[in-house]
Amino acid sequence: MREFAHVSSNWRARETADAYLERYKIPVIWDIDTRALVRHLRMAGALRGIVATDGSAAEKLVEEARALPSMAGRELASAVTCAKEYRWERGSIPLASSFAAHAAASAGGAGPLWQAAAAAMAKREADPGVRRHKVVAYDFGIKQNILRQLVDHGCDVTVVPAATHAEDVLAMKPDGVFLSNGPGDPEPVTFAVQNIRRLMGRVPIFGICLGHQLCGLALGGKTFKLKFGHHGSNHPVKNLLSEKVEITAQNHGFCVDPDSLPSSEVEITHVNLNDHTNEGMRHRNLPMFSVQYHPEASPGPHDARYLFAQFTKMMEATRAK
Amino acid sequence: MSKRTDIKKIMIIGSGPIVIGQACEFDYSGTQACKALRDEGYEVVLVNSNPATIMTDPEVAERTYIEPLTTGYLEMIIARERPDALLPTVGGQTGLNTAVELAESGILGKYGVKLIGASLRAIKVAEDRLQFKDACQRVGLEVPASAVVSDIAKAVKLADDLGYPVVIRPSFTLGGTGGSIAYNREEFTDAIARALDASPVHEALIEESVLGWKEFELEVMRDHRDNFVVICSIENFDPMGIHTGDSITVAPAQTLTDKEYQRMRDAAAAVIREVGVETGGSNIQFAIDPQTGRMVVIEMNPRVSRSSALASKATGFPIAKIAAKLAVGMTLDEIPNDITKKTPSCFEPTIDYVVAKIPKWQFEKFPGSDTTLTTQMKSVGEVMAIGRTFSEALGKGIRSLEPHAPWRAPAEIVDAVLHEKLHTPGPDRIHWLLTALRRGMKVEEINALTKIDPWFLRQMEDAVAVEKEIAATNVNSVSSELLKKAKRNGVSDEQLAQLWRTSPEQVRATREKRGIRPVFKRVDTCAAEFESFTPYMYSTYEEEDEADTSARRKIVILGSGPNRIGQGIEFDYCCCHAAFALKDDGYETVMVNCNPETVSTDYDTSDRLYFEPLTLEDVLSVIDREKPEGVIVQFGGQTPLNLALDLKRNGAPIIGTAPESIDLAEDRKRFGKLLEELKIPQPRNGTALSPAEAVSVAKEIGLPVLVRPSYVLGGRAMVIAFDLKTVEECAAQAVRLGSGSSAERPILVDQFLEEATEVDVDALADGSDVVIAGIMEHIEEAGIHSGDSSCVLPSVTLKPEVLGRIREYTAKLAKALRVVGLMNVQYAIQRDTVYVLEVNPRASRTVPYVSKATGVPLAKVAARLMTGKKLRDIKLAVNDFDGVPELRSKNYYCVKSPVFPFSKFRGVDTILGPEMRSTGEVMGVSPNFGLAFAKAQLAAGQKLPLQGTVFISVNDHDKRFLPALAKDLTAAGLNLIATRGTAAALRSLGIEAGSVYKVNEGRPNIVDLVKTGKVNLIINTPLGRESFYDEKSIRRAAVRYMMPCITTISAAVAAARGIRAMSEGTGNVAALQDLHAMEANANAPAPTQRVTSAS
Repeated sequence: MREFAHVSSNWRARETADAYLERYKIPVIWDIDTRALVRHLRMAGALRGIVATDGSAAEKLVEEARALPSMAGRELASAVTCAKEYRWERGSIPLASSFAAHAAASAGGAGPLWQAAAAAMAKREADPGVRRHKVVAYDFGIKQNILRQLVDHGCDVTVVPAATHAEDVLAMKPDGVFLSNGPGDPEPVTFAVQNIRRLMGRVPIFGICLGHQLCGLALGGKTFKLKFGHHGSNHPVKNLLSEKVEITAQNHGFCVDPDSLPSSEVEITHVNLNDHTNEGMRHRNLPMFSVQYHPEASPGPHDARYLFAQFTKMMEATRAK
Repeated sequence: MSKRTDIKKIMIIGSGPIVIGQACEFDYSGTQACKALRDEGYEVVLVNSNPATIMTDPEVAERTYIEPLTTGYLEMIIARERPDALLPTVGGQTGLNTAVELAESGILGKYGVKLIGASLRAIKVAEDRLQFKDACQRVGLEVPASAVVSDIAKAVKLADDLGYPVVIRPSFTLGGTGGSIAYNREEFTDAIARALDASPVHEALIEESVLGWKEFELEVMRDHRDNFVVICSIENFDPMGIHTGDSITVAPAQTLTDKEYQRMRDAAAAVIREVGVETGGSNIQFAIDPQTGRMVVIEMNPRVSRSSALASKATGFPIAKIAAKLAVGMTLDEIPNDITKKTPSCFEPTIDYVVAKIPKWQFEKFPGSDTTLTTQMKSVGEVMAIGRTFSEALGKGIRSLEPHAPWRAPAEIVDAVLHEKLHTPGPDRIHWLLTALRRGMKVEEINALTKIDPWFLRQMEDAVAVEKEIAATNVNSVSSELLKKAKRNGVSDEQLAQLWRTSPEQVRATREKRGIRPVFKRVDTCAAEFESFTPYMYSTYEEEDEADTSARRKIVILGSGPNRIGQGIEFDYCCCHAAFALKDDGYETVMVNCNPETVSTDYDTSDRLYFEPLTLEDVLSVIDREKPEGVIVQFGGQTPLNLALDLKRNGAPIIGTAPESIDLAEDRKRFGKLLEELKIPQPRNGTALSPAEAVSVAKEIGLPVLVRPSYVLGGRAMVIAFDLKTVEECAAQAVRLGSGSSAERPILVDQFLEEATEVDVDALADGSDVVIAGIMEHIEEAGIHSGDSSCVLPSVTLKPEVLGRIREYTAKLAKALRVVGLMNVQYAIQRDTVYVLEVNPRASRTVPYVSKATGVPLAKVAARLMTGKKLRDIKLAVNDFDGVPELRSKNYYCVKSPVFPFSKFRGVDTILGPEMRSTGEVMGVSPNFGLAFAKAQLAAGQKLPLQGTVFISVNDHDKRFLPALAKDLTAAGLNLIATRGTAAALRSLGIEAGSVYKVNEGRPNIVDLVKTGKVNLIINTPLGRESFYDEKSIRRAAVRYMMPCITTISAAVAAARGIRAMSEGTGNVAALQDLHAMEANANAPAPTQRVTSAS
């Protein structure tokens, strides 16, 4: 980043970013000309790189970086997936409840009028929903906020390792299966593609990011690598069904080629307005849809949160049949 | 494309004259809207009373009306033009209010005009406090808790529940009278009792206080398909309690977490949907309690605003332009992003830099006014600066303000005073904050005093630490690393020079020797993710430069910086015109300016835009990078002129009139000698270097005299002195403003010509030939600053021989000063003798007005002269008067009238004098002079009465004008009342007039009559300084009760003629395009009527 904030100043802050990152051993590169870097990547395309602090000669590091394997053709899902299945029960962290709690803690300092309002808001944000949906989520490198969103939308979630066989998943009698995001090239994740083919039509499916690309492959399509990918939290995506644009967070280097999909079976539902690449699709007959971007993103806008409700509705509809 | 085909002709209402709170940002937004709609094939009818705007250029709309923004005149325009639709959202609050009046009075319905952009219902919900509160609550959002009370006991209980402090607002009192804030129950009990008493309905609103909370704004857009985007988030550095227009603001928001930001974004979407703004831009304000994070919605503007102009400049996303397109049914995704060309406008800009806006105040113009910053806006302008970090942006912003010289607190300031300065925000608070940090005051303590977020204070603390490191070195010993760090923090060469006790030139030399030079980065809406095709740049100290300059022939135009009284939109207008003309001529145009409100800082105006401070350092960096063929300094007012000599010394190719000539015209002694050589009379004058010397010069000249500092615009600190004591005081004031320090900057003392008529002349010259553009006769007498006087073109009372002499002198002066471009001369005519008061060989404030009146774009012509074209190559319709050509005048009068900000500065005397205090101007057009004047007055907000009573009190000298005055007023059916002397004079002339007490004569006096609404117009011409003060209370009451008040006899005579003309019919409206196409007068201007004094 251009400038790193060494101090924290927020009512929810407990420590500085410095201390937090130190604890998790996450390095930070800052005080560089980030614009120059972005322009370089824009023109040269995504590059392999190395971060070094040991004073090695730049030429040597460039050599090393060049020797690194390209992302294309790499299957990384099995490297980052969970070792065994587990249940996820936590919903999202409502902002309001923190201040309601704060207000309760500093009783007397704040007036009852707004305390009541805060409590009401906290309740609204944490609405548990009435009906529960049993969801099995494939972990190809899953982001926790997806799980939280599923819980917020009334799902009981079991997370399973990337290579879990479709029959084992079906044996858990889920109302729906979720296919997560994850790193690397989707093409070599053939085991997942096969599992998706086995699941299609037998259970409602919702995929995000890598999950979307795997659906594309399972439906007979192809994927390709973008020059420098989509990153950031302001990508305009048009929902072709509603004709409305949603502002989305994205982080992907590969993409589904919509022309490679059988149009008799697959309907393109979302498109990126910046470069017109594919951002979403659904099966014309089977309960199955997926998006390339991150509707759960945090940080990121909430415009696409409706997709979680769309998933639960799909599960309800399938159950009703 | 989903654009509407059922409408073809769209009317846009502008925001009228520049006033505090509504400045040239609405010229920017209105101009954008006009251009956008015409690009889409719509015909645009534009109405605005302000001639100094780009939007009223005849090329901007198909039909342009410079008429008063009243329903009466607008109905005439609607009846004539029959527009299909009215876009009310791009003309500020004035445009919106006028549109609402037109809708509610049934005029829109009568002519079948549809409101587009915002429905009447949406406007009402957004603008009405209670309806807006309900709307927010319906979508689950909070607003500050409040309740209406009429009973003390219940009120106290409610206040206890709300928690202190509590805001108390009595219902239905004028201007918030009786309102207050109570910090505890005891204070509240007193305050509520007072408030209930003050309220005529014994009712008050008590509201939870959000003072000191963090304040944010979101600039959002929505299209009719319900696509919603946030263009920019803005954080107020100054917390709640200071009007956002008076706050330093920063974009993007710096102290929100993503969770908080997304909550705010969701809330903004919910608000715009619930209020029902279906298309266009809105500004929604939020407050956040820094202790608990609780968020409340404060207010919403359902239109483009000052903040949206700022957001447009801060992001490169043209909100007004897009809003106009959305209003005709287009959607965000079908409008391309101008900057990237390949991506759509349906996105949220990414900002990889920090923008700081700092307001510019001018309390010094209004002695006696309260300088505390409150919820009522008082600033007259603003600057914006862009840096890669907050520190850099703030540093650049501070030096963009003028004066540029680093501000230093007096060393002897005691802590208690410092605390007070921090706690009670005033115009210099940013400097006091730095002073406190330099003294080592802790961030926690400053935060407690100011409630400014500690993050900002820490950033400033870091910057102060770098300053200290710098101070421990010198210009030779400083390490390159430290010097670079300072520059990256936004420290100017001038500041470094001060810390090192050396010269800025020395600092620059060192910096350049070490290769520490700024690079230019682009504002591209997307943080470099896509290629940008619009070169909109800012400087910073980084590695990569993106300026990507061309080898084309190019001209750099220096803008005028923040709006100030005396240096405002008129100069921006000239800079824009230079860009337009030179672009047409095939030059690449490069604009440098730091004022976000302007059209000149629209990336569409010039080929390349540098959003930079107008200091020598920053301008030289741009010139070094661009290597232009010419630099234009004469269009941006005093700001670029002050740089001219230094720029030239540093090798900048200044084009047009030589800086030395500009300097000569400012130099009293050398200029006086020139006038003598040319045999042109001037008032007796002298210069002084000390107050004592000024007194002796004044004695020599003879009283009264005009005393002022040199090198200032707008008559700053200029005073007419009737006695030597005043001479001394004023000279001392001039010294405080920097005059008298050297022979180059002396105090100026001039003979004051009493009872003279003042004349302004604008002329064009190419070094050999001269064309007179306009001879404007002031309606107020000499002594009133030319910017504060009404004037008329063509002149009404000047004799042909006087006009001849004016032309002759003007031509002589232009030649002698070798003027290339524009020149303005001010003359005073006393008993048929023409005196030169001053010559400014540069663009003047009247250029846009003369351009609108004559139909000749003077600034464009001047720009071409500066690039080498000759007057004889440019076809201008002129009449020749004894060898001096003058633009042909038309068969109509154009009256320009000033607009004053007195209502914002309570207790300030409104009497006009040689120091300019008006913020804006309007123009009235009519073939009848009286009507043209009346229209200008109406447009300026002076409601000249057509019935009721006129109060007249004139000095003895002015009594000779009474017959003409009274005749017109009584013929219009008005009653007259007067003070004893004036009433006797009237009666002796056989004119019926009641008499009334002066303030000190008894009661009920004239002020009582004003207060009870028994008077509809005040004509009060005091004489000499003493009576100025005696009659202050009348004028003050007039401002307070919004009563038209005329303080000069010539204006009174003109007003009486106007009233009479109005009573005989309001005249007609005319489009500028038709007026300009009118057959010009082939002969000398032949006024159809003359103002005569009966003597």
